[in-house]
Amino acid sequence: MIYLDNAASAPTRQETIEAMVSVLEENYGNPSGSHSMARKARRAIDDARDILAETLGCRAQEIIYTSGGTEADNLAIFGTHNALGGTVICSATEHHAVLEPTETIGGQIAKVNPDGSLDLNHLADLLNEQTTLVSIGLVNGETGIIQDLETISDLIKELAPNALLHTDAVQGFPWLDIPTATKTADLVSIAAHKFGGPKGIGVLVAKEKAKLAPMQLGGGQEQGIRSGTQDVAGIVGMAAAAQQTSNTRQATIERVTPLRNQLANELTSIKGSYETGVSRNSNGETNRSKKIAGSCHVCFDQIESEALLFLLEQENILASAASSCSSGAQDPSHVLAAMGYNRELAGGSLRLSLGYKTSETDIQKALEVIPKSITKLRKTGS
Amino acid sequence: MKKAEKILVAMSGGVDSSVAAAVLIKEGFDVTGVTMKLWGGSSDTGCCSVSDVIDARRVADQLEIPHHVFNFGDEFDTHVVEPYVEAHAIGETPNPCIECNRHIKFDKLFRRAHALGFDLLATGHHAQIAQETNGLRIKRAEDHAKDQSYVLHMLNQDQLQKLRFPIGTMTKKHVREIANSLSLQTADKADSQDVCFISRTKGGRQLFLQERLEMTSGQVIDTTGTQIAEIDAVEMVTIGQRKGLGVSGETNPHYAIDVNVQQATVTAGSKEDLFCQQTPIANLHWVGEADHGTLHVQTSAHGKTYPARIDQRVIWEEPHMKVAPGQSIVFYKNNTVVGSAIAKKH
Repeated sequence: MIYLDNAASAPTRQETIEAMVSVLEENYGNPSGSHSMARKARRAIDDARDILAETLGCRAQEIIYTSGGTEADNLAIFGTHNALGGTVICSATEHHAVLEPTETIGGQIAKVNPDGSLDLNHLADLLNEQTTLVSIGLVNGETGIIQDLETISDLIKELAPNALLHTDAVQGFPWLDIPTATKTADLVSIAAHKFGGPKGIGVLVAKEKAKLAPMQLGGGQEQGIRSGTQDVAGIVGMAAAAQQTSNTRQATIERVTPLRNQLANELTSIKGSYETGVSRNSNGETNRSKKIAGSCHVCFDQIESEALLFLLEQENILASAASSCSSGAQDPSHVLAAMGYNRELAGGSLRLSLGYKTSETDIQKALEVIPKSITKLRKTGS
Repeated sequence: MKKAEKILVAMSGGVDSSVAAAVLIKEGFDVTGVTMKLWGGSSDTGCCSVSDVIDARRVADQLEIPHHVFNFGDEFDTHVVEPYVEAHAIGETPNPCIECNRHIKFDKLFRRAHALGFDLLATGHHAQIAQETNGLRIKRAEDHAKDQSYVLHMLNQDQLQKLRFPIGTMTKKHVREIANSLSLQTADKADSQDVCFISRTKGGRQLFLQERLEMTSGQVIDTTGTQIAEIDAVEMVTIGQRKGLGVSGETNPHYAIDVNVQQATVTAGSKEDLFCQQTPIANLHWVGEADHGTLHVQTSAHGKTYPARIDQRVIWEEPHMKVAPGQSIVFYKNNTVVGSAIAKKH
């Protein structure tokens, strides 16, 4: 099986599994309790908090454990809005976990440029003293395009001095040094399963300036912001994955970048193919510096993603197109629509996301199968 | 051993297509299930809701076959929903299930199946494909009460060659027995009845159309042209309709006998006025040779058949209720589809 869907979920790391099994077998106390087993569990989640704080570039007290990226995003937006009121702005290419809460509270949507970067002029038009929160994802889940949070933060400071910056860094964690990349953000969401941790666990970092109203009441865990008994095994597994990811990130980037470049170069040599978020250097080479190393995202004309993905799966290659809806169908991409791609071309998108386990053989096999499948589908006209 | 033929089964999440898949597995086919996501809006139990996708997926799990979901939402909007609304806008009564079969199941999905390397496509329709001397024909299902040949009348030879209706030879009772014997979780699921993209619980057809069409208010007139009532939405009236015309007439009931959106009128008449000797038609199509003898003619999905001859129009042997323009008219001989047409305005 050739797994090129790391942006959906990365393979669980061995370190994660070992850490979790150890907790599940031996550390079953409730971290809110007072006896020795409880204290042991409490110690486990606080040790994990220290590890995560280091990998995220924040203080341990700023970490709020959540059930994943979606909850972290919802908490950032609803929590801030409930605490501060005012207007929330997000970009048109955000994950639905940001877009839907923003739309629900009557927030504003900032446009993006055709290369996927935020339209700063439009953001400037929207920002004012009423703005309390701006939510801009660090890396887009479909295209792998990186946003320049520092410039965005400068603009916010100038035009909306009261506003906080939230970033969904879920797709950024495997590929970017988070302390540097999210330095200017007040709120940061991450999800463990994107970097080899378990599903159902994540973090919202709420830095000093952040003000959050709790979305979930009860026992007052996580400083009263997120009540509910913590998922000790999940948290420990997440910390193990985060540490391993941080330790090996640079080496992974150096190993994966040429594989991704080879994959993207060969796929874009197919007629009628369009790679998102790239530019041309003066020497004619493709510049992918605005994308994470693991992302190869190409649209093919006269192709329907669903049909292409089906053929790839027949050859044991697992990938995706846009985000999947709960039925399992591929929904038309709101990201590509916002970038100005027409619906037909957007319907032929292929997201190949590489990860820490992707090998050269995987890419060779993908390059044998994908062009062949595209030719076949174009011939049959479906 | 001969390599098993690859067959794609359209699984709606209902009992019929579940059993269709089970039967094909037993017959030795290499079976893959697919559910089409057609409609993103609200629906009741129609084929498009997420819970039906889950049912289909769980049955595929039970049968241990692969299951995929294809999103044909754009095509469904273009070929089924929009024409449905447009037809109402000109006072016609369309049949969206037929258009879905024509454009989605037996065109889009049919081509997709071919492109993906499947030899055959199957559905859970109650109908049969019969080999006659002059080609393949659509025949009524074994279970006449459940027969769906009317909505499949448009299938051509190329399609029929690559299609299978595995439960067409079974009664519904037998279908449920098989589902029960295999403990399929759809065994007791109720049959779907209505237009899948219209939610009965959310205002039904009227609200659905009101959200998409500017309704024309108009007059209800009698056969002499005299106004006898007013009506809010001419587009909502169907030929033969009695209720909602704003005309009291318990002793002498009024029926809609004509709908004219352009002139914003609905003509109301007596039951006798509702009957006619001939029905004008368009898009006349014969499966094989034209047949001008007496045929059995059906004008709605689960309607009865009536004897008539076809000669540029339908000539009924006995006076027949007027057919709403836009309705499909299907001609049968010996329970076999021999031709079809679309009803035109009188």
